[in-house]
Amino acid sequence: MAEKVLMKGNEAIAEAAIRAGCRHYFGYPITPQTEVAAYMAKRMPKIGGVFLQAESEISAINMVYGVAGTGKRVMTSSSSPGISLKQEGISYIAGADLPALIVNVQRGGPGLGGIQPSQSDYFQATKGGGHGDYHLIVLAPASVQEMADMTVRAFDLADTYRMPVMLLADGTMGQMMEPVILPEAVEPRTEEKSWTVTGTEGKRPHHIINSLYLKPEILEKTNIERFERYRTVEEREPLVETYMMEDAEYCVVAFGIAARVSKNAVKAARDMGIKVGLIRPITLWPFPKAALSAAAEHVRAFLSVELSMGQMIEDVELAIRCRRPVSLCSRTGGMIPTPEEVLTAIRNMTGGDKA
Amino acid sequence: MTVFEKPKSLTDAPLHYCPGCTHGIIHRLVAQAIDTLGIEGKTIGVAPVGCAVMAYDYFACDMVEAAHGRAPAVATGIKRALPENIVFTYQGDGDLASIGMAETVHAATRNENITVIFVNNAIYGMTGGQMAPTSLPGQVTQTSPYGRDVATVGYPIRVSEMLAALDAPAYIQRVAVNNVKHVKEAEKAILKAFRNQVEGRGFSLIEVISSCPTNWGMTPEAALRWVEEKMIPYYPLGVYKDQTEEGTR
Repeated sequence: MAEKVLMKGNEAIAEAAIRAGCRHYFGYPITPQTEVAAYMAKRMPKIGGVFLQAESEISAINMVYGVAGTGKRVMTSSSSPGISLKQEGISYIAGADLPALIVNVQRGGPGLGGIQPSQSDYFQATKGGGHGDYHLIVLAPASVQEMADMTVRAFDLADTYRMPVMLLADGTMGQMMEPVILPEAVEPRTEEKSWTVTGTEGKRPHHIINSLYLKPEILEKTNIERFERYRTVEEREPLVETYMMEDAEYCVVAFGIAARVSKNAVKAARDMGIKVGLIRPITLWPFPKAALSAAAEHVRAFLSVELSMGQMIEDVELAIRCRRPVSLCSRTGGMIPTPEEVLTAIRNMTGGDKA
Repeated sequence: MTVFEKPKSLTDAPLHYCPGCTHGIIHRLVAQAIDTLGIEGKTIGVAPVGCAVMAYDYFACDMVEAAHGRAPAVATGIKRALPENIVFTYQGDGDLASIGMAETVHAATRNENITVIFVNNAIYGMTGGQMAPTSLPGQVTQTSPYGRDVATVGYPIRVSEMLAALDAPAYIQRVAVNNVKHVKEAEKAILKAFRNQVEGRGFSLIEVISSCPTNWGMTPEAALRWVEEKMIPYYPLGVYKDQTEEGTR
């Protein structure tokens, strides 16, 4: 019988990763995600796993690259400035078609920014982040329960599509405590894969983990094939939560902590008689274009609520092909909009004091 | 009777290296060491960015191509995931001693049980001959056209001496491949560096003083002379650290 425990979001990620069979963690200290590393440092040595504090985020992600090539489940975690440093390695992991989990517990930026929650790495996470043609699958948890569940899902998606997956959380998600039912523990998988480097044992030609293709026609072909795989991901994997959308005339779009604040505002607006609903993208890449496009059929306007200067709003506009007006309600730099601020924005979207 | 053959640990792929380049000799010495120890089936090599970037096509064992300078971090990941396997990196001077210095020093100070083959030819070869962290004072390169001016760009880094100052690493030796005697010494050193790993001794780095006739603008023969007359005096050959049983005896 699964037991409910009270846990910090960061710790829930760490415990869920272990339960998903991950035995390799490489990190570098940075606020507000340090609990992930601290948890791993305590647990990994007790269960025959590897915790290693690398000399930099760059080294940590390259250690991840090394393990990923052996086919074992591996992860790293960091926060915004550290994730920027990892981008080189993430591009190589994507270019070599390797599965791995990267957790970004976002803080305000740019530069050293601040240590309070933010969603301003949305562009970086969903548009590639490093150099070259590639995508990550990006999951956006909105509760400690989802921090745990999506960690497991991230490993599965990474293995299924042989691509890096990012869990895009924020400082609130990382730091807050909530009751969580932890996933069932599975043993690390050991089955041989067709592409891993584990030593030839003299039984097969050598495997090469690589992202270098000096012939442009080969590199083009490789990229096109990778994007065919991405198309499958875009068809099968978009996830949303919808709230009060059945009869909605207006739609709030928000993910992560912004979605939780927005839900309260939507409830308050409904109490005032405003027919508004919420679409919460759970996958930020693939972006749930179909759900938004369908909503555009019956809602008059959209409101994007974000902890940034407005990043996801561009994807909302693209998803609905600008058929409806999209406005922005946002705080940035580590600030979080209050439900009242979102409610005001909802009322503005409806053209003022409808109620 | 076979008197000479290609090591099993090299593939049949023709090497792309320039005429007179000593990478070919060093590849052979690495492959021979792997053959001698009978570890080809469990060896995983990590290739650098630089002239040896395509080493993954030349070594017959499983191979990983790392980002520039990151090979020791990648090798750390592989070794931690597969401690029973043998993991080596093969890196040039720009890769190991410039962009990858942090990865190098920290892998050494963790005494990571890996083998590092460090090819020092005092220049960036792949990109066409720019100044390296190991270019000699006064050395003319594409990016030091008036000669390396130590007053403005600093001095070359003696990697073996520097790493030997750390407490941890098991074995550090500098060798050269510019004549038969040196090649024989290099052969022994590289074999020892792999044997150290098999025996679980920890981090072994062999710095191999190499030549780059193309980017030095010399004939292969003159380049080998330059190694003897200019490089070896600046980079003296020898064992800089030996914390294996032989060394501590």
